[in-house]
Amino acid sequence: MIQFENVSKKYVIDHRPQQKYLSLRDVLAEGGRRLVQTFKAGAVQSQSRPEEFWALRDINLEVKLGERLGIIGRNGAGKSTLLKTLSRITEPSLGKIRIWGRVASLLEVGTGFHPELTGRENIYLNGAIQGMVRAEIERKFDEIVAFAEVEQFLDTPVKRYSSGMYVRLAFAVAAHLDPEILVIDEVLAVGDIQFQKKCLAKMDNVAAEGRTILLVSHNMATILSLANRCILLTSGRIVSDGKPMEVVSEYQNTYQDESFGQTDLTKVERYGTGDARFLSIHLQARGQDGARLPFPETGCDLEFEITLEAREQISSVTTALIVYDELGNRLIDANTLLKGQSVSLLAKERKTIRFLLKNVRLKRDLYTVGLWLGILNVADIDGIRYATTFKMEAVREDILYAAPFPGVYACEFSCQVLEAV
Amino acid sequence: MSETIRESLVPEIPLITVEAGKTEHHYWKDIWRYRELFYFLAWRDILVRYKQTTIGIIWAVLRPLMTMAVFTLVFGKVAKLPSEGVPYALLVFTGLLPWHFFASAFTEAANSLIENEKMITKVYFPRLIIPTSAVIASIPELVISGALLLALMLLYGVMPDWRIVTLPFFAAMAFTAAVGAGVWLAALNVRYRDFRYVVPFMVQAGLYISPVGFSSHLFPDGWRLLFYLNPITGVIDGFRWALLSGQLDLYAPGLLLSGFVTAMLVVVGIYHFRKTEKTFADVI
Repeated sequence: MIQFENVSKKYVIDHRPQQKYLSLRDVLAEGGRRLVQTFKAGAVQSQSRPEEFWALRDINLEVKLGERLGIIGRNGAGKSTLLKTLSRITEPSLGKIRIWGRVASLLEVGTGFHPELTGRENIYLNGAIQGMVRAEIERKFDEIVAFAEVEQFLDTPVKRYSSGMYVRLAFAVAAHLDPEILVIDEVLAVGDIQFQKKCLAKMDNVAAEGRTILLVSHNMATILSLANRCILLTSGRIVSDGKPMEVVSEYQNTYQDESFGQTDLTKVERYGTGDARFLSIHLQARGQDGARLPFPETGCDLEFEITLEAREQISSVTTALIVYDELGNRLIDANTLLKGQSVSLLAKERKTIRFLLKNVRLKRDLYTVGLWLGILNVADIDGIRYATTFKMEAVREDILYAAPFPGVYACEFSCQVLEAV
Repeated sequence: MSETIRESLVPEIPLITVEAGKTEHHYWKDIWRYRELFYFLAWRDILVRYKQTTIGIIWAVLRPLMTMAVFTLVFGKVAKLPSEGVPYALLVFTGLLPWHFFASAFTEAANSLIENEKMITKVYFPRLIIPTSAVIASIPELVISGALLLALMLLYGVMPDWRIVTLPFFAAMAFTAAVGAGVWLAALNVRYRDFRYVVPFMVQAGLYISPVGFSSHLFPDGWRLLFYLNPITGVIDGFRWALLSGQLDLYAPGLLLSGFVTAMLVVVGIYHFRKTEKTFADVI
């Protein structure tokens, strides 16, 4: 169990240009300037006064045993700071946090992994960093290795691991800590679907045993499938707290007002050689007549415009757009290959590809979109599992019924009740 | 199963209370809980250090031997400084042993926090473990050099007497001095990156004011005590006294002064470290 009591965290931002670290020279110079100023009567205050920034403001929160709390919000809303104060990496400026139990954090892929060390060595090291004693690590060693599926690579330095293997190992160690509280910051975005499912199952287990999970993600699908409670942070405050579906919808609504459909892809989790990269994806919903719709609804057309840029010259490669449901099942796979098309780019060239998905009869729910660029079965040039999300709204006749029927696909149908012969 | 966990999970009082502005009283308890991390981080440093070199552990043998050869040549043969009745090579090596340990341990410790930046911003554990482990990681080299020295003494037919049992005390003093100075500089280094350049300079200057290549008798009489403000001067005297059968006497006031400075270093170093530790993740 965790209790946050009026927790606030203040950062002081220095607006002096181009200065990442303090240096002794600057401190001495600053001191000298102040000295001069005290002698100059009525000297004007220095222009470069640091500005205060509240990353967290009056957070009051109680997370109970077995709860899986999703934390969402835009960049800079304070999500990571909240987790950092909880895991004692940084101290709150005001307030109090009470924690009943051991906190393990999975804050970034392989934190504390050393690239030169082997998988085996890193398991011990990472376990110790997370507070396990050696006997404990030894006891769980086989379980960790089996879970991470890295048996053959145990004695290979992790710098030779693929990013997938890296995450698997990191997750395996943290998950086997048996922490009472597991803190996860944007980590499941990497790794293949298979492993993600395995992680989800493990976390379900963890939660069922009465442990608590706190999860930060930009990916609404991850939040919806993992969390059973969700909070929305805006400028360091909790503005919404409740069922994941409700909070996610609220977030999507406020967020969509600002930039509907356009997603910047330059800073997302990805895999592949990087010879070319996706820059952005833009979604526009259209009705059957081609008119723009304010949001996607069952039976509309979805028009995706994807912009990509090549670093090296690439020729005759395939681009694919995949729509997943919130559990990660592939629902729609649209790619250039199926239409006998391919993409070629000169170095530094940019191109836009348009996919039009017609009469998309997905039910009212949240869906995620993945992108892939490469040569089938040969090479991944750029792949993004979570490029964007969209929420499908129900058309009017479906709303007549208060509770939506489960399932993802709404086929057009008619029915007749026939007279008995 | 799950029932017992549930019960064990709800103690009356919270396990951890984080409160703004209060130094957590569980800090030292945490250090005890994370005690194995001292070993693991030191082990990592050693593994990585030797994995990245081609001849690996041989460096640990080669480096002190080469330094000893140069010093013996320069101070013993060229400058013809007095050897106090022991082979000059042994005089140099007994001084080099603690000096080299201190210099490398101090340097590693001072840089350890910035080198582990990622860990500091992602995971909690008492930060004091990082620089201390860096010092611990230098111990194996000290042991290897020590074995080398014993072999060299055998070669010269010089046998240590009972005084050798006091050696761990002087080694502990060198360790304490390295922890004190290293911890302090590590904390300063996080805030003011200039200290990255100050540390090598301190080590270089330290070599000149420590009696590594010569005997401490060469310090001018009226000024001798002053040199013991450098804790390593006392440690070197101790090593020579313990290993070379008291051929070189112990200068008691000097040793006391060095011991006092060492104690002060560790107190001030840890105090400053603890005071700034909470902001490491924010400023690093």
